[in-house]
Amino acid sequence: MASNEEILAGLAEIVNEETGLAPEAVELDKSFTEDLDIDSISMMTIVVNAEEKFGVRIPDEEVKNLKTVGDAVSFIAGAQA
Amino acid sequence: MTRKVVITGLGATTPIGGDVPTMWKNALKGVSGARTLEDEWVAKYELPVHFAARCTTPALEVLSRVEAKRMDPSTQFGVIAAREAWADSGITEIDHDRLAVAFATGIGGVWTLLDAWDTLKEKGPRRVLPMTVPMLMPNGVAAAVSLDLGARAGAHTPVSACASGTEALHLGLDLIRSGKADVVMCGGAEAAIHPMPLAAFASMQALSRRNDDPQGASRPYDLGRDGFVMGEGAGALVLEAEEHALARGARIYGELAGTSVTADAYHITAPDPQGLGATRALKAAMFDGRIQAEDVVHVNAHATSTPVGDKPEYTALRAALGNHIDNVAVSATKSQMGHLLGASGAVEAVLTVLAVYERKAPVTINLENQDPEIPLDVVTSARDLPAGDIVALSNSFGFGGHNAVIAVRSV
Repeated sequence: MASNEEILAGLAEIVNEETGLAPEAVELDKSFTEDLDIDSISMMTIVVNAEEKFGVRIPDEEVKNLKTVGDAVSFIAGAQA
Repeated sequence: MTRKVVITGLGATTPIGGDVPTMWKNALKGVSGARTLEDEWVAKYELPVHFAARCTTPALEVLSRVEAKRMDPSTQFGVIAAREAWADSGITEIDHDRLAVAFATGIGGVWTLLDAWDTLKEKGPRRVLPMTVPMLMPNGVAAAVSLDLGARAGAHTPVSACASGTEALHLGLDLIRSGKADVVMCGGAEAAIHPMPLAAFASMQALSRRNDDPQGASRPYDLGRDGFVMGEGAGALVLEAEEHALARGARIYGELAGTSVTADAYHITAPDPQGLGATRALKAAMFDGRIQAEDVVHVNAHATSTPVGDKPEYTALRAALGNHIDNVAVSATKSQMGHLLGASGAVEAVLTVLAVYERKAPVTINLENQDPEIPLDVVTSARDLPAGDIVALSNSFGFGGHNAVIAVRSV
């Protein structure tokens, strides 16, 4: 079980790996598409890498609901619970 | 009046140099890019061939990690060469709707394809990355170059095995002559030093087995030749309508005077022993460029170092140029960098353009006992080419019976 802070840090690492964005730019209120300029292909790669890192399953139909980094952190935290 | 097309930018990343100046310096010196492969998969799969010619500069030393992640290795090489050629052209302002791409590959994203297949088998479908399709598609390199330069007049990928790179120049010339574009980024890229293609080329007896002497393995025209050496890399050339180049005061390397493509329709892999398709290609390129045999001073030959391939090319050269072939300085640069498959024609075009511009023919190494059935004047130490108006030809032939020839004229 990872804390929300740990999930955010892990997610920031994955986003950095995929896009080169600085990990500190990955904040809870940031929108993946609007603020971080992440396209759907990168988003799917991030999702799959997050599944592996956190040992959760993020269904494809759920991905469109993950608009902000905070949405993703909450979903992952919930899925781990 | 046919539009005249000139070459104004050159780029390359190869087994004998990661940029054009390094490659050219080595091509005149005569070095081998072949090395024993240290990869664990050579022993793991008991590959019969233990060596290849890898690029001297890894792509990750040039591209950022994030850029490289979205590209197959073949596309990485293509983008590196295209960026060098673009910078070399000095073009700063351009109508992007009049800029096209013709960037070839022989095989394309084979690393991506096979890595994804391994991932599917080992980890399941969820782990097959969403970038897999755009990375493995053969047009991936043309698309990436188009995206990189903002080229919107079309992005094309001629695929004709080892003739692909030369065919890209044929297409590029047509695009400018027909008025569809003013500038075309042409080139070829390949990255197939992977155990499966090595096994497949070895299986058809196309690769040299000189495992104890990789640097001596690529030996075109030598009696001891026993196959080609797998290379990798990319070459890129900026083609430009002459009036466009003159209007911006560009440095012009030479004129792409004529090109041609023919098909043997003889056998799926074996060259026509009479070299008839190659002869027609040579004659057609010369006709296209209004070139007489006597104008030709240099040929960058296809010459892969296979027992069956080198001789029909000689037969074709003699048929097309007559006895004037005895006065032509012939270079077989695959002796140095191995066979870059779909990139070979593009890299050899860069060398041919430089030969005309610098008036120097690059070196053929490893020629110790020249095959008496191939009595060409082979350049074994860098040689000056004559002053005045000169023409050089570059040949490429590919499995499938593809023949492609370009003719470069001095300006």
